[in-house]
Amino acid sequence: MAFQLKPLPFEMDALEPHMSKQTLEFHWGKHHRAYVDNLNKQIKGTELEGLQLGDLVKHAYNNGNPTAYFNNAGQAWNHDFFWESLKPGGGKKPTGEVLHLIERDFGSFEAFADEFKQAAATQFGSGWAWLVGIPAGSHGEDKFGKLAIEKTKDAVNPLVLGHYPLLTIDVWEHAYYLDYQNRRPDYISTFIDELISWEAVTARLEQAKATINFYDVKMSSI
Amino acid sequence: MAGLTLPASRRLGSALQALIPVTVQSRGFQTYSLPELAYDYGALEPYISGEIMELHHSKHHKTYITNFNAALEKLHDAKDPQSIVALQSALNFNGGGHINHSIFWKNLAPKNQGGGEGPQGPLASAISTQFGSVEKLITKMNSSGAAVQGSGWVWLGLNKELKHLVVETTANQDPLTNKGLIPLLGIDVWEHAYYLQYKNVRPDYLKNIWNVINWKDVSSRYEEAL
Repeated sequence: MAFQLKPLPFEMDALEPHMSKQTLEFHWGKHHRAYVDNLNKQIKGTELEGLQLGDLVKHAYNNGNPTAYFNNAGQAWNHDFFWESLKPGGGKKPTGEVLHLIERDFGSFEAFADEFKQAAATQFGSGWAWLVGIPAGSHGEDKFGKLAIEKTKDAVNPLVLGHYPLLTIDVWEHAYYLDYQNRRPDYISTFIDELISWEAVTARLEQAKATINFYDVKMSSI
Repeated sequence: MAGLTLPASRRLGSALQALIPVTVQSRGFQTYSLPELAYDYGALEPYISGEIMELHHSKHHKTYITNFNAALEKLHDAKDPQSIVALQSALNFNGGGHINHSIFWKNLAPKNQGGGEGPQGPLASAISTQFGSVEKLITKMNSSGAAVQGSGWVWLGLNKELKHLVVETTANQDPLTNKGLIPLLGIDVWEHAYYLQYKNVRPDYLKNIWNVINWKDVSSRYEEAL
């Protein structure tokens, strides 16, 4: 079954003035559409057609030696995830468990925002910045899972690193150039202040808890 | 005029070195400044808009230089190997950005300064021999440029040892000299180079830019490098 370009979860002008209708017409309507169409062409008639997109991305990454279809697969997945990370009237601060874990793992929401802005601003060339959940034991003596910020280049995403994506910002120039030109830091600040769907992050965190224990490690009896 | 002090500069022609403006700080290290264009921002229209040229030169290139100078200052002040090595990516990104864009502005010219007039002399012969024709070279560069995923450049370079012209691409701001080739002609395919005018249609940008390629500059780099 070929992959489909999913509709945006909001109207194209719903994010104005922070992300223009014109940007979305090109970003979703041309760039994202092309990733999906080109991916379908690349995998047509192969057994890869049956895979879920996330699994296809991991398969395509091929442990750091990416296949020809990795760019399209990664970008198709990343853009689905990005649109779901946005909402009209978004931004501001999260509440509940997301806020609790952010305060626990970054010190404060402001410290999280600063680090996220820094990562997004310093991803050189094309790429993405992410809030992720990292399983316990992935880093030294951490006994429980924690939140972290990471940046990836081009089509790479945290799935291929074994991390759980919770939020992303696209920092390929096509994501912001029509609205902000070279002023990527302004785009990033606006994303944080006005566009983040903390509801989406909350829902993803709930799903992440199925595989990541953020509070203590459960001893396996095996 | 003092030239670049990076090791790669030995492989750049002395003519190229002389064209990159530098200042020697009183503390003893060189910093760099934005080279002026030989044409107005609007002079490459309709092939590249004045809006793009102004942003590209006065913002993007300027920022590479600002950040390169900041990294050079840190390099000058660095007290241990770890601090020096930590500056590697800042130097590569921003220094490469400065190198590449300095070449790019000279590779371009308005039609009334010879932009788009095909190569003559030794370069023309070499292209004819090695690619068949200028049209075939253009086709090859355009398809390579369109295929760059993410940000980068497409180049016509010279393998000096083999005296061979090569079409090659580089990622981000990696200088072509990293691949052992001398840069003759570079086309920026970062989205900022074309997006405001061509949007997602990079192939149209690539098709049109040949109207303002300054083949005289490309030829002189070729002859200098041989």
